[in-house]
Amino acid sequence: MRRTNWLAALLIAPLMLLILGSFLLPVGFALFTAVADREVAATLPRTRAALAAWDGVGLPPEPAFAAMAQELGQALEDRRIGDMAQRLNFERTGMRGLLLRTARAAGRLEAPYAASMVALDARWGEGDTWLLVQRAGGPVTPLYLLRAMDLQRAPGGGVQAVAAEEALYRQLFWRTLGISLAVTALCVLLAYPVAYTIAKLSAPWSAVALMLVLIPFWSSVLVRSTAWFVLLQREGPVNQAMMALGLIDAPVQVVGTRIAVVVALVHVLLPFAVLPMHSVMKRLDGIYLRAAASLGANGVQRFLRVYLPMSMPGVLAGAAMVFLLAVGMYTAPALVGGDRDQMVAWFIAYFMNREVNWGMAAALSAYLLAMTGAAIGLARVLTGGVATIGGRA
Amino acid sequence: MSAPIVRFRGVSKSYDGRTPVVAGLDLDIARGEFLTLLGPSGSGKTTTLMMLAGFEDPSSGSIELEGKRIDTVPPHKRGIGVVFQNYALFPHMTVARNLAFPLSVRGTSRAEITTRIAKALEMVRLSGFGDRRPQQLSGGQQQRVALARALIFSPSLVLMDEPLGALDKQLREELQLEIRRIHATLGVTIVYVTHDQSEALTMSDRIAVFEGGRIQQLGSADAIYERPANAFVAGFIGENNRMEAVVADSTTLRLSDGTMLATAPHGFSAGERVIACIRPEKVHLAEAGQRAPVTEVVYLGDHCRLRLSYAGLPDFFAKRPSLDGVALPQVGEAVFLAIPPTAVMVFRATPHRE
Repeated sequence: MRRTNWLAALLIAPLMLLILGSFLLPVGFALFTAVADREVAATLPRTRAALAAWDGVGLPPEPAFAAMAQELGQALEDRRIGDMAQRLNFERTGMRGLLLRTARAAGRLEAPYAASMVALDARWGEGDTWLLVQRAGGPVTPLYLLRAMDLQRAPGGGVQAVAAEEALYRQLFWRTLGISLAVTALCVLLAYPVAYTIAKLSAPWSAVALMLVLIPFWSSVLVRSTAWFVLLQREGPVNQAMMALGLIDAPVQVVGTRIAVVVALVHVLLPFAVLPMHSVMKRLDGIYLRAAASLGANGVQRFLRVYLPMSMPGVLAGAAMVFLLAVGMYTAPALVGGDRDQMVAWFIAYFMNREVNWGMAAALSAYLLAMTGAAIGLARVLTGGVATIGGRA
Repeated sequence: MSAPIVRFRGVSKSYDGRTPVVAGLDLDIARGEFLTLLGPSGSGKTTTLMMLAGFEDPSSGSIELEGKRIDTVPPHKRGIGVVFQNYALFPHMTVARNLAFPLSVRGTSRAEITTRIAKALEMVRLSGFGDRRPQQLSGGQQQRVALARALIFSPSLVLMDEPLGALDKQLREELQLEIRRIHATLGVTIVYVTHDQSEALTMSDRIAVFEGGRIQQLGSADAIYERPANAFVAGFIGENNRMEAVVADSTTLRLSDGTMLATAPHGFSAGERVIACIRPEKVHLAEAGQRAPVTEVVYLGDHCRLRLSYAGLPDFFAKRPSLDGVALPQVGEAVFLAIPPTAVMVFRATPHRE
């Protein structure tokens, strides 16, 4: 018995390693990146040590000024100042300038450094500047997680909202949620009759219809989204057709609007709604509808009271699938959407590629993960309430 | 006899336009009777039931319910209760909501529904099970709920399509009694489909034996068992020793090996080829008579079953009741058979099909 357990463990070991190496570790690393705070500790170790004992009242003692001046000069010389400057500048605009300026002047600064540094830049004489450096000592920070919710640490401790003109991310998440829910609702509404019809078709035709649903998968999301760009542009076929039909007088700007994003996402994600619905519907035994008819239910009653509730697990599975994919969509909104239609994924890519701010990218990812996790949890609860199909004991 | 509740007139059904599944069916079902459609699979009995329920359309002919043609009426307007083999209880509803379904689609009031559910559950002895889901019930309980659901809207006609087919023997017998009791209490007309002949014999007022899309015989259980109309019915209902024979004269058949068998082949002329059937329990063992070696003895408690070699047949069966102080025959011994002329049933050699 124990021997077979061992063998079984051995057999699944490669899979477990794969999951660990390709899923758990990277996701764990990404989530940790959202709270990691390494840059100051790596570049200014002695300053950090000197600030450790400081109580945060007034200004830190002279050794902290001395360490800061020397370490900044050294870091500039070694060309390692960039990451740290960016980290502090992200928390407070202007810090990069202060740090670079001080680093360049480091050679000329003389003891007592407290006096000479304040003379160089008055900001060194503000307790807040030093508090900022002290708090950035790591190893972890709530900075990115707070900022991704438009929050920041208040100077006196606690949490406060960022200035209104800097607030961005809460609206971004609401927008992402809104677009994803709209896409999910449209996909469900469009997919239900399709799945129903396919499930009702007889043998050869149902396979053909299912094939047609799957054909879009033969091309990539990029190609399909680009196609929508071509179709929807000002001189594109959609505008031309509508003008030819006299529906509109002048071309309508669709590309770069929310509508274009929703249309493209619905198109890309529709098969993911059709397939789970179809798989539930084709197993839905006609005997239940016959029973309902024999009990006096007309067509509408049979559909609403028997077919619809019994197909609900498929609907919820399809909706969850579409929602999860929509929430993380990058390509389609990036291609056909405007600046105000971009979703969380676009900002994650932006922080990764442009800003090289992994902390922020990771924090946005963490919230996205939480959002999808909540969606899965909700779907679970909802499907758990619906009885399983084919309950024949 | 009052007007029949259901009347089939020349009903035929064919899926491909050539092979009939049901052919020229004429059948009157009396009000309040328990009629069983019995036959092997593919004999047309289920199709007949489904046409009555409205799930299949007849290719030709007419079906009347209470004197009105219903073969063009959709199933939900026929008001016929149906019990399915696989129960077909809605898995997303509780027992009570399953029972409420036929009432609420008819717009019955809430209070009325509650009382009728309580009564229906009591009738099938499942009081207190209203809040369960079908999956939480045993097969027997599920079928009782299905039964209650088919009866709760007081239909005058209830159809049952092999309702006990998925249950084990003991539950089946228990539910057979239950269905009989409900039938007697409510006075509802039941049309019951089964391929189980003992079920048909014990439950029915009348049995319609189906084969090849036609009713081979329609009659009471004893009529069908004792006086089968043709070789098919004789072979399908109960056990039979079936022998090919030629009519020798008005009192004798000659079996294929030359053995002479005394009977009265009414309506056959000398020289005609016939089928002779003898039920094993009608074969008596005697002190003298026709000799038959015993090839197998199976002891079954109340009787024993002998496999005999008789008239050139290697598998001629006889049943002998267990009697006090009489030893069982042994394999290798020979017994003497006394076959009363009335025990021999004579049928036309070609199976009875028009």
